[in-house]
Amino acid sequence: MSTAIHDIGYRHYDGPRLGRSHVARSLYQYNLRSLFGLGRGARAKFIPLALAAFMLLPAAGDIAVLSFARRPEVLIDYSMYAIYLQPIIAIFLATQAPVIASRDLRFRTVPLYFSRPVETTDFVLAKFAAFVTALLALMAVPVTLLHLGFLAMRKAMIEGGAPDVPSVAGQTGEYFAALAGCLLFALVLSSFALLIAAYTPRRGFGVAAVMAVYLISNVVVLIVQGASISSGNYEIAGWAGLFTPFTLVDGVQVRLLGADPGVRAENVAPAGSGPVFLLAALAVVGVSLLLLMNRFRKAGA
Amino acid sequence: MTGGAGASSLSGMPIIATRDLTMRFPGVTALDALSFTVETGVTGLVGANGAGKSTLIKILLGLLPPTSGGALVLGHDIAVEGPRIRGSVGFMPEYDCLPPDVSATEFVVHLARVSGLPATAARERAADVLRHVGLYEERYRPMGGYSTGMRQKVKLAQALVHDPRLVFLDEPTNGLDPQGRDEMLALIRRIGTEFGISVLVTSHLLGELERVCDNVVIIDGGRLLSAQSLAAYTEASGRLLVEVEDGREALERHLAERGATVRPDGRHLVVDLAGEETYDLIRDGVADLGLALVRLEQARHHIEEVFR
Repeated sequence: MSTAIHDIGYRHYDGPRLGRSHVARSLYQYNLRSLFGLGRGARAKFIPLALAAFMLLPAAGDIAVLSFARRPEVLIDYSMYAIYLQPIIAIFLATQAPVIASRDLRFRTVPLYFSRPVETTDFVLAKFAAFVTALLALMAVPVTLLHLGFLAMRKAMIEGGAPDVPSVAGQTGEYFAALAGCLLFALVLSSFALLIAAYTPRRGFGVAAVMAVYLISNVVVLIVQGASISSGNYEIAGWAGLFTPFTLVDGVQVRLLGADPGVRAENVAPAGSGPVFLLAALAVVGVSLLLLMNRFRKAGA
Repeated sequence: MTGGAGASSLSGMPIIATRDLTMRFPGVTALDALSFTVETGVTGLVGANGAGKSTLIKILLGLLPPTSGGALVLGHDIAVEGPRIRGSVGFMPEYDCLPPDVSATEFVVHLARVSGLPATAARERAADVLRHVGLYEERYRPMGGYSTGMRQKVKLAQALVHDPRLVFLDEPTNGLDPQGRDEMLALIRRIGTEFGISVLVTSHLLGELERVCDNVVIIDGGRLLSAQSLAAYTEASGRLLVEVEDGREALERHLAERGATVRPDGRHLVVDLAGEETYDLIRDGVADLGLALVRLEQARHHIEEVFR
């Protein structure tokens, strides 16, 4: 260990200098830690950890009810979990996207990175990957909890004489489809929230802007859907779902990942629209990433 | 101590060499055909605010392509080897660039890792370098509560944490009180000598750089004003500076009557040095008039004179 604490002379560093993957990994870890307030003081931890706890509560409650009721219909549809809890997810997007998308811009930290051997692409992708990871954990952990609860209770449900208990294979298939859905939710919601936050770097504005875009897109789409449904035009109502982040991803869940349209409202994406919804979702991700790179490249020069 | 491997291998070769470096923005020429070389040691880059100093640093970091001309930094071409340059230099911006909710330790360790240091080495280097810049217990507290002086120290620490061969320090004394300024200047001197890291330090104040720099590059309106050894400015000027307590006018008359060329300059008298006898003349004059001699020395040029 340190034997020369009294030696205050300058020592040169002649150890290894690691390359691009180490740098990218360091950036990713730092961003992920920042998102959950690690290394940022107690107050910064409160909101993300409280939201993570709120995300778990309904799943835990559902398992508890399942253990008493012992009927499969009590189990929340896995693919609907993120949609039921979208207010919590929206608050996470609004409060945490500015943490990694606008702090570096607001406090002019970006040049400290770009004066090091850091590529803009890596810098932005590290932020994006960290946010996707956080969101994915937020949604996938409770869904996993639900599935584990189902597996634990399945025997008891059959013994209790409950009708239509799903097979393990069938339910596990739904679980993996829901995880794919969670990943797509995480990709689309991250790119949407980070982009808005990066263009509104002033304190508080980022939070408000993310929330506003989320709420306004919801309201507008709901109005369009309401009008088209009342005139009997379900096609248009379904297509309108392309224009809010949650219904956009849900269209892919229903039409490509085999989620059950029965538990959804009548404004579900129309049959055959799956590829369009998927392409639109990927386009949101791609365009957002390009704009984010452009934003940070300018901030670094 | 491992010795300055980086510094010694570079001796004899310029740290920075620019050739006709020109940077035009719409309506402004920030740099106009700058050609100069910088050797190892501490080099001052002096110019009025807006003279193009920060632009020059960005170009030398390979972050901003110049309109025309080129430069080598540590032997690497800024046009094609930007990443290699940025791996071996440190940069301290002139503006505030620290997130307020993170501690200095957390932040400097992170930036060390981003420079390619493994996690353990990053922690050790960060602790070392924060101590060298004079940040102790407070390094565990969030930086939002730091004084300007402490913030400048963290900015300096992050520029040094990966043991670069050259650091660019942009206006490091900005916003510091006189004591903080002295500390910072002493630290810059130590970086150049004891640490063996070459320094390019900018300032709009000529006087303060004079104390710590081996060489000065002066730019004004994007043009090179002078790039020569500081010694050239401050070599003996052939004049003597005399300061006495009360009776300056009497001494001035006394010396003038005996044929010396004398003029007052503030509290001093400036006497042209005609030869050894000028010293005797002043000594005798002071003695004859019964004055208290405070100072008698060779006057030196100040680099401020360049701007006159």
